[in-house]
Amino acid sequence: MQIFSKDKTYDFMAKSVPLIILSLILIISSYILLGTKGLNYGIDFSGGTIIQIKYDKKAPIQEMREKISVDKIFENASITEFGTPEEVIVRFSSSTDSVQEDLSSKITALLQGTGNFEVRRVDIVGPKVGGELREKGLMAMVISIFAILLYITFRFEWRFAIASVIALVHDISIALGAIVLFKVDVNLDILAALLTLLGYSLNDTIIVFDRIREEVKGSKSFDLFYIINYSVSMTLSRTILTSLTTFFVILTLFLFGGEILHGFGLTLLVGIIVGTYSSIFVASPMLKWLKFDVKDYKSKEALKESRRIEKEKMRAQYEQGIV
Amino acid sequence: MNSGGLNYRVVIFFLAIVFGLGFSAPTFLQTDKGAKISLGLDLQGGLYMLLGVKTDEAIKSKIKSIASSIKYFTDDNDILIDSLKIKEERVTLTLVDPDEEKNLDEMLKKVTGLSIEKDKLNYKLSLNSLEKEATKEYAINQAVETIRNRLDQFGLTEPNVARQGNDNIIVELPGIKTGEEEQRARELIAKTAHLQLMSVDEVRNDRAQTMSEREASAYGDLILPDGRNPAIKHIVREVPILDGSMLTDAKVGFDQMNQAVINFSLNSEGAKIFGDFTGKSVGKHLAIVLDNKVYSAPVIRERIGGGSGQISGGFGVKEASDVAIALRSGALLAPVKLLEKRSVGPSLGADSIKASTMALALGFLIVVIFMVVYYGIAGIIANVALVANLFIVLAVMALFGATLTLPGMAGIVLTVGMAVDANVIINERIRELFRKGSSIKKAVEQGYGNAMSAILDANITTLIAATVLYAYGTGPIKGFAVTMSIGILASMLTAILGTHGIYEFLMPRIEKSKNLALWFGIKGKGK
Repeated sequence: MQIFSKDKTYDFMAKSVPLIILSLILIISSYILLGTKGLNYGIDFSGGTIIQIKYDKKAPIQEMREKISVDKIFENASITEFGTPEEVIVRFSSSTDSVQEDLSSKITALLQGTGNFEVRRVDIVGPKVGGELREKGLMAMVISIFAILLYITFRFEWRFAIASVIALVHDISIALGAIVLFKVDVNLDILAALLTLLGYSLNDTIIVFDRIREEVKGSKSFDLFYIINYSVSMTLSRTILTSLTTFFVILTLFLFGGEILHGFGLTLLVGIIVGTYSSIFVASPMLKWLKFDVKDYKSKEALKESRRIEKEKMRAQYEQGIV
Repeated sequence: MNSGGLNYRVVIFFLAIVFGLGFSAPTFLQTDKGAKISLGLDLQGGLYMLLGVKTDEAIKSKIKSIASSIKYFTDDNDILIDSLKIKEERVTLTLVDPDEEKNLDEMLKKVTGLSIEKDKLNYKLSLNSLEKEATKEYAINQAVETIRNRLDQFGLTEPNVARQGNDNIIVELPGIKTGEEEQRARELIAKTAHLQLMSVDEVRNDRAQTMSEREASAYGDLILPDGRNPAIKHIVREVPILDGSMLTDAKVGFDQMNQAVINFSLNSEGAKIFGDFTGKSVGKHLAIVLDNKVYSAPVIRERIGGGSGQISGGFGVKEASDVAIALRSGALLAPVKLLEKRSVGPSLGADSIKASTMALALGFLIVVIFMVVYYGIAGIIANVALVANLFIVLAVMALFGATLTLPGMAGIVLTVGMAVDANVIINERIRELFRKGSSIKKAVEQGYGNAMSAILDANITTLIAATVLYAYGTGPIKGFAVTMSIGILASMLTAILGTHGIYEFLMPRIEKSKNLALWFGIKGKGK
């Protein structure tokens, strides 16, 4: 089976200007969302307490609210459905620092008479820990981006590195926008999702870049857009296939992985779509806009190659004892 | 070039599969022997806590015990001192008899890490910064040790207590099944179990209900609540006679009323101090103070030698046994506070396992079917590599004693998606070469060569991200990074080397059939 016909070169770059405008609009709206609504930090990052309760019937949220608000601790608690109507999350921003305090039996006592239920999870994150986790998370992002930048500069060229990081920032920004839009609680798993996305988005970009590098060295053309179009076309079926398989796998995670993995799945679903798109329509034309020069690169590569050959020759001569 | 049949790649791949199957078997079969993957707390249920140690309290209590020994020393040697007081992290006292200055100075010199400020006969004693650091350090290590001891005696399976960072402690209790059990464990951990024997201020004790703490402090007294009824107060001298550090054993017993009590015994030094004190204080009250609550304050009828005593206070049997455990395993020099806690009920864990296994199975199935439909036998070969990859990931995790967490499961699911990527890239390269008219053998060989740089670069960048995630992540997130990294590394072995070996092995057959549609899912006849 084949999806894309053999040797057709699609003219992707012809559409790059309108698409980059679309990307800009998406990014700007994401930042507007981030600025106005802001990230909805879960307790991992903001500190606080959540209690997960499961009923054997539909959870009586209103009744629960009335019953627990009697206690000062739960005064400002929010109660929301969690995955199914039977399950709820009680969340509030304060956190006890007493090891003994038994919130579970406290809330069990308060909810007496609301039906059969089970307290399935009590998570408490102190404010200091929350702050630390947030800091570490941000650090992880920044450090991995820099490490990858270095690696790509070393393996390709600095323009490739910049272009791939721009594509990366593009993907993560839009994913963050989606996180705000869909009111996903930002916890550690979302951080993991964003870092996975970071790796994934780069994967896609690198596969395309690898091909561009190969074609720049090998083809007779000096037209960068032509080379990009050809390279993207040649890798297109791989790009689409891998994205599709990964997409489906994550879709199953999103649909069947349970409520806890919901936010994780959503972030990656959005990420894969924009990641695939950006490797073709953001990262690649970016090379042109960063004034990547085919001729220059070719001559540099040729120089490198001739030096390598020279070195080998010298080594050969040296080994034969000529020098 | 090798013309079909066995080759080193296929042999290595075969060994890798044997390794994968062999070392993941204990996990699948849940055998008694062999390294198994353990489930994280989020999957099997349990309690995770990050505790902070209030190290300042350790310094205060050290200061207090220095005050006690000064009191004992001066009483013992009939040195008259006045206004021996403890203020935060400092002891102050005034020496009444100037002739004894040398004696007292000598004694104080023996106390390590003490910094002494003297204004004539007024002494101000505190710990120097080096000693403070050492005390804090000791308090943290001791807390780890003590909590571990207590949990061991509590009888939970595989409690994990470890120090984290500067002054935090991680406690993981996978065996906890009920809320009640969890509560007991937490109370056991939090109990400072600080036993003090103190003398009651006989002069002022009748004013206990009305006196302010400030006034009490001015007299060198403390107001402590009663253990049974917190509304009742006692006034005791703030410098204790001795504390739990001299305790050697504590056991549950029963008194005449058949009430649970805790019998404790002291070491020889403690016994001597206790004996001397009781001998001098017949007719007075002795307060037995546990965690700053007065459990009983009996009248001393005679000198108590032998160094044993009893704490009674209307304990239930379970409570008495927990207190005894806490006392036996030693007091926490510094109390702990809760920084983070995660408790997952076993039913939630089971649900998570079900859901993520389901997602894994379904995602796996989709990928496998898709690969076969799209690539024909090449897809089957990729699938063999994928299955091998899964087993190897599990085997490596078992060998390292890694824990499988929910994000870890997600990591495996993702690996499935990404592991086939290498084969997709290779297969696409091979197809490309076919279109250009390469022979089958050449297309396969060159396809692998051409795909290599892209696969390597892509995998290495993902590994970089995973490594950073591991370094900065905590708990479950580390699990995610681990499974993903192992998955990527294993995929290089299975998806690149392994499948290549299989092609070489099958090459004579492929060349004979020349059916590209069957073997590579692409129209045409091979050469």
